[in-house]
Amino acid sequence: MPPANSTDQPAANQTTCNHCGLPVPPGLIDPESELQFCCNGCQTVYNILHTSGLDNYYKVRDSVNPDAEPAASTGSSYEELDDPLFQSTWVTQENESTAEVELLLEGMHCAACVWLIERLPRVADGVIEARANIRRRTVCVRYNPDHIKLSAVAQSLDKLGYAAHPARGKEARELRIREDRKFLIRVALAGALAGNIMLLAIALYGGTFSGITDAWRTTFRYYSMVLGLIVLIFPGRIFFTGAIAALRTRTAHLDIPIALALFVAGVWGTVNTIQGIGEIYFDSVAVLVFLLLVGRWIQHRQQRAASDSVELMLTLTPSSATLIDESGNTKRVPIETLEAGMSVLVNPGESFPADGVITDGTTTIDNALLTGESVPIESGPSDQALAGATNLSSPVTVRVQAVGEHTRIGKLMNLVARASEQKSPVVRAADRIAGYFVVIVITLALGTFAYWAWTTNITTGIEHATALLIVTCPCALGLATPMAMSIALGRSARSGMLIKSATVLEQLARTSSPAGKMLLDKTGTLTQGATTVIDIQGNESLLPLAAAIEQSSNHPIARAIVNAADSSLPTATNITQHTAQGITGEVNNQHLTIGSISFVTKHTGAIIPDDLQPKVVRLIDRALTPIMVHASPSNSIAIIGVGDQLRDDAQSAASDLQQRGWELSVCSGDHPRIVETIANQLNIESHEGGVTPETKAQRIAESKEHRHSTSTPVVMVGDGINDAAALASADVGIAVHGGAEASLEAADVYLVHAGLSPIVKLIDLSRSTMSTIRLCMVVSIMYNTIAATLAVTGVIDALIAAILMPISSLTVVAICTRAGKNTQTSHQPPEPR
Amino acid sequence: MSAVYLMIPAALLLAGLGVIAFIIAAKKGQFDDLDTPAFRAVFDDDDSDPSNEQDAARDRSS
Repeated sequence: MPPANSTDQPAANQTTCNHCGLPVPPGLIDPESELQFCCNGCQTVYNILHTSGLDNYYKVRDSVNPDAEPAASTGSSYEELDDPLFQSTWVTQENESTAEVELLLEGMHCAACVWLIERLPRVADGVIEARANIRRRTVCVRYNPDHIKLSAVAQSLDKLGYAAHPARGKEARELRIREDRKFLIRVALAGALAGNIMLLAIALYGGTFSGITDAWRTTFRYYSMVLGLIVLIFPGRIFFTGAIAALRTRTAHLDIPIALALFVAGVWGTVNTIQGIGEIYFDSVAVLVFLLLVGRWIQHRQQRAASDSVELMLTLTPSSATLIDESGNTKRVPIETLEAGMSVLVNPGESFPADGVITDGTTTIDNALLTGESVPIESGPSDQALAGATNLSSPVTVRVQAVGEHTRIGKLMNLVARASEQKSPVVRAADRIAGYFVVIVITLALGTFAYWAWTTNITTGIEHATALLIVTCPCALGLATPMAMSIALGRSARSGMLIKSATVLEQLARTSSPAGKMLLDKTGTLTQGATTVIDIQGNESLLPLAAAIEQSSNHPIARAIVNAADSSLPTATNITQHTAQGITGEVNNQHLTIGSISFVTKHTGAIIPDDLQPKVVRLIDRALTPIMVHASPSNSIAIIGVGDQLRDDAQSAASDLQQRGWELSVCSGDHPRIVETIANQLNIESHEGGVTPETKAQRIAESKEHRHSTSTPVVMVGDGINDAAALASADVGIAVHGGAEASLEAADVYLVHAGLSPIVKLIDLSRSTMSTIRLCMVVSIMYNTIAATLAVTGVIDALIAAILMPISSLTVVAICTRAGKNTQTSHQPPEPR
Repeated sequence: MSAVYLMIPAALLLAGLGVIAFIIAAKKGQFDDLDTPAFRAVFDDDDSDPSNEQDAARDRSS
């Protein structure tokens, strides 16, 4: 049997995993087998796929997206999904034997995933149908509750590698879906009516040139009127409501001239139809409404998609906790029912549901997202645990002290909410220009009417003013800008940048230096956010032996050492863990002591030889934590430097950003010396360590106050809860891949792929988009000026205006499809400002 | 020419039917997801039927 993914051949002599395509560690290569796997997870998933006859997954995957990595399964039991409370809120009972549930899936990203997920009925008996939605990353599962429990459905999905979560906020989502459908129906109705009015208009215009009887002319005009009025009353209504709202708030919104043009043309067209003389305008009106609605619909759809996917990611937060009652029984309960004084069990890998004190067990706690500290903290009884921190190594019991808003993270989130409220709305260039535009057009129209009414008669005045309103209809502003924006948003979403608001593109587009100030978080943003082995000094052959012993430990440093040793590990015996200090054990007849330098030297009496001393100092200078390994009786010593490694693309991204005129600054909650080392490695002069989340937000506020001009934005790039307040108060907040939910909520942009280079791409995309929009505006303003001059002087009448109007629209629409293209070249030529 | 008196309402009726069909389709959710169906087109249907286990088995052994 050939390997299933034979099309996906590894580079040269490297063995890659048959499931995920990553390199297989040398120790795991099985020379007997044709199939190779990098881990048990991959092998399990492969076996499930294979025994269910779903090998085609690999074929589909390779044909559509050879770079996609399959997700890994988590092995959760999902028993909380069977709780009647969960069932009643999330599961819809269609009839006696069918129930429907919508689940959010992690790791669904390509056609192969859709293919695999929709084959769920073949993997899990009792599932009737599974329909995936790739954009929202959800699956709608119809199943028979008598045959399969919901937890089993979720387990099956999990085994395939897609961790499942119930999709919350169902009612709000259904409401929005209904709204979307209504919008689409409006577009369709406007389109159908516009098409039919155009047909009638052809007959009428044809009649104007080659002769038509009055009876026919009247018939066609009445038909046009009826259809045109339907367009104005149903799909066109949103422009009138928009204009009235703008008038109430006294803002010059684009809807005002549009509504005015529609109103005047509608009323005058009706009057002319009944009188049987003059122009009727309904063809122009209908096409105008249709084109404007199309533009708005496209933008609406694109923005909704981005906010949808971010919102669904928010539902990943833990919604339940394991409560321990007096008799020691455990029970999953919703997080809202927790109160101070209760005891909860927190298993490794889970995050703490509330602030509290550990009463039983010792573990390591990862506070990286909460405070930015890169080194996990050893915690035992009477130590504090903060809600939102992750429990890394062993189960602990926590007595709850504060819940919900009173926790530290709750207070931080309040700060985020406040910062978001205070964020001043950005005045977009399009809106600014629209303001002037509205005033100029209306003044001109009134002037034209007054002049012609004075010199000839009122009818001519109305004719010319209407022609002016139609010909200057702001298609470039009303149609091209939203279209260009949404095309750019779509392009960015495809390259893994989810943008929640289109103003981001405008803010990041500044090309002159300084382009803006960017504050970068360190842990998890510039660095990987996980501890790895970076350097080994002394006897390197001790590493696999140390790894053999560390295998039994869940400590992050231990895991880093195990990951660094890639060959097959010998068996270790007599392992003793010394909490928060080190570990000892026997491998290959050697007694090994591993731990901090002080622990090992005290425990074994060994001293670090003189030639190693300066190397250890250098490790510490590089902000690495030295871990000493001592082996007896050979008395050999190795010093392993562990730390949080820089992301691969951090260096190039930082220099690219500086090249584009951005002022960079590192701002982290981690130890100042570590921050300094990282900043120096990246050639960033400005840096600050030991910053609390509150101070981070304050730094943003200070930068906003001291900026060079109002058009240089202050950007925050971060991943953690500790960055959330800063992300919310910055002009543009960018949350990087792998960040906490809170940061997603606060940020304007979310990067789907790991690394910092997407930020550079985002900036190039913004620049290219804005230059396209400016081009559209120049073209349309030029066009409008010429056409308006002709209309004011009465050279062109409404007929020519009606022909010129769609031509200008087509021109700008054709231009705006360029938005966000050629992002590779767009950053070189400086643009005129 | 008088046929036009009949044809215009007929044409409008047809257009109206089209619009009604579109509205029904939209209300049934046909246009809610415009991305996933594009992916479904690339799947081979040869093994989408669970009763075709033998075919699938043959595929595997070949």
